[in-house]
Amino acid sequence: MGSRASTLLREEEIEEIKKETGFSHSQITRLYSRFTSLDKGENGTLSREDFQRIPELAINPLGDRIINAFFPEGEDQVNFRGFMRTLAHFRPIEDNEKNKNHPASEPLNSRTNKLLFAFRLYDLDRDDKISRDELLQVLRMMVGVNISDEQLGSIADRTIQEADTNGDNSISFNEFIKVLEKVDVEQKMSIRFLH
Amino acid sequence: MEDIWCVAVSVFQMWMFVVVFLITLPAMFGLSLGVTGVYIQILVKILEWATIRIQRGRQEQASVPVPLHNGIIERAVSSMKEEIEQLRSSQSLAEGEFALGDAFYFCKKGLESIVDDQVTQRFSSEELVSWNLLTRTNQNFRYISLRLTIIWGIGVFVRYCILLPLRVTLAIIGLSWLVIGTTLVGFLPESSVKNWLSELVHLTCYRICARALSATIHYHNRENKPQKGGICVANHTTPIDVVILANDGCYAMVGQIHGGLLGVLQRSMVKSCPHVWFERSEMKDRHTVTSRLRAHVAAKSKLPIMIFPEGTCINNTSVMMFKKGSFEIGGTIYPVAIKYDPRLGDAFWNSSKHNMVSYLLRTMTSWAIVVNVWYLPPMTIQDGEDAAQFASRVKSAIALQGGLLDLAWDGGLKRAKVKDSLKEEQQKMYSSIIVGQNSTDSPETCSQNSEEQ
Repeated sequence: MGSRASTLLREEEIEEIKKETGFSHSQITRLYSRFTSLDKGENGTLSREDFQRIPELAINPLGDRIINAFFPEGEDQVNFRGFMRTLAHFRPIEDNEKNKNHPASEPLNSRTNKLLFAFRLYDLDRDDKISRDELLQVLRMMVGVNISDEQLGSIADRTIQEADTNGDNSISFNEFIKVLEKVDVEQKMSIRFLH
Repeated sequence: MEDIWCVAVSVFQMWMFVVVFLITLPAMFGLSLGVTGVYIQILVKILEWATIRIQRGRQEQASVPVPLHNGIIERAVSSMKEEIEQLRSSQSLAEGEFALGDAFYFCKKGLESIVDDQVTQRFSSEELVSWNLLTRTNQNFRYISLRLTIIWGIGVFVRYCILLPLRVTLAIIGLSWLVIGTTLVGFLPESSVKNWLSELVHLTCYRICARALSATIHYHNRENKPQKGGICVANHTTPIDVVILANDGCYAMVGQIHGGLLGVLQRSMVKSCPHVWFERSEMKDRHTVTSRLRAHVAAKSKLPIMIFPEGTCINNTSVMMFKKGSFEIGGTIYPVAIKYDPRLGDAFWNSSKHNMVSYLLRTMTSWAIVVNVWYLPPMTIQDGEDAAQFASRVKSAIALQGGLLDLAWDGGLKRAKVKDSLKEEQQKMYSSIIVGQNSTDSPETCSQNSEEQ
């Protein structure tokens, strides 16, 4: 029942998540009720199948990569804490956060972290480099069967050529940042969470 | 000992007298003593008062959570093409090329659907803006004030100790009347008298059943009521939809033979009235289904067919894809929009969570069922329109009239996985953006279109 949502989440937990992610109290309770409704196994964690049950995500060409971003290496369950940590990347950057300078702990929704999230979608083997092969695989996910291998190959080559500055024929995170420096990442990688 | 027995018997007699003479008999003739009307008015007043109290309580105590308003996030409404073009505008990229930033679009879309999607929430009870004093629909029930708690306590007593036994008695009378009545009528030879009697039995029984749910039904635009030889299509929230519609006229029902209580009813009803029931195995064979329905519609004298083309119960907030089968039969379609008032009780049947009997118990311990039924002007398939397009046109009309959200998604997603073809569509759309005008097939399709025109 709905009432479970507010009873099972302890105040201290909410406070901790608030500190870590920057979400407000009411956003956290609302997202918790969403989390429990996705949790069909009712065991307090989400599995890959729980995510795949969302039709709009299942038809997303990068759906599997996005789901993957919720799971730390080698794990196949994510708890509410981890769920919120990943969602926090998509919290908009608010004005009062822009001016704060605390390099010790960069907020999860900073420009760099948003870019890192996108970078990881391409970096299949998590070696901090996007190789031609990885780029090709992700491109294939996005276009399906509609573009020939040849054409896709030349798209991948061109993309890597444009981004690669040190000549290792792959894209590092720094090169990735450089390519996207003019893009309004703050806005494009943010979801308007209601207060 | 005997005294107690006597008292029990006389209480039972009183009870039955009230039920039979004050409720069942008026119900049979479609009369109302106006009790339900007064009851609903009082309820609405109480709920309004409770809402004000809760709001005041929220201001005083910060810990009382604010109820969910419309969703968790706000989404931009723009197409893939527009979004991706926007992404490019800052990069001085020629159109029709891949950019690493394109993944942002899919990323944002994906995360949005994880936080809040249009489909899965249609299969669970709708969230109310304010608490309606029923424990099970309260998202955030906390102790707010003594008076509110007392009212809630009285409510529990009234609902469980007075309304529930009354409603159960009525339901038992109604349903057994249906079984006995239809079976008896079934013995009569085929004639106009039989049809008339059968309609009478159905109508009275449904009226009693409606009383058993304290249903207040407002019919609008009765001049568009489904006629014989037509097909009545409606959105589907609960099996009670059938009772609601049948209170205002007789229909031939279409559906699968169920087991249990529902099966007994179905088998006896078909004896007097030409309902179209299918065995589970027959249901798979679409051809048999269509041909039997077509035969029914072709006989212009037969009752209009009642169909819920969504094929599953949706939570009273939206209309989902209409299966095209019912629109291939031909004949006139009479769309009907049904919208329940969520304040007084949740009518939605969450069939994956509750079975039929426990659902009925929940409904009978709710305040009441208040529902609006709109009959829409009849619709027929237009030239050059296929069944699927026609189905979605009818669906939009129903959604508009009922104030429901018009969704293209298949209600079957409640149980089944999404089809791969939908993902392929997304991929195709994206491909056409990145290869753009260079693609070889687009000029051809252009020329084909111009030839057709």
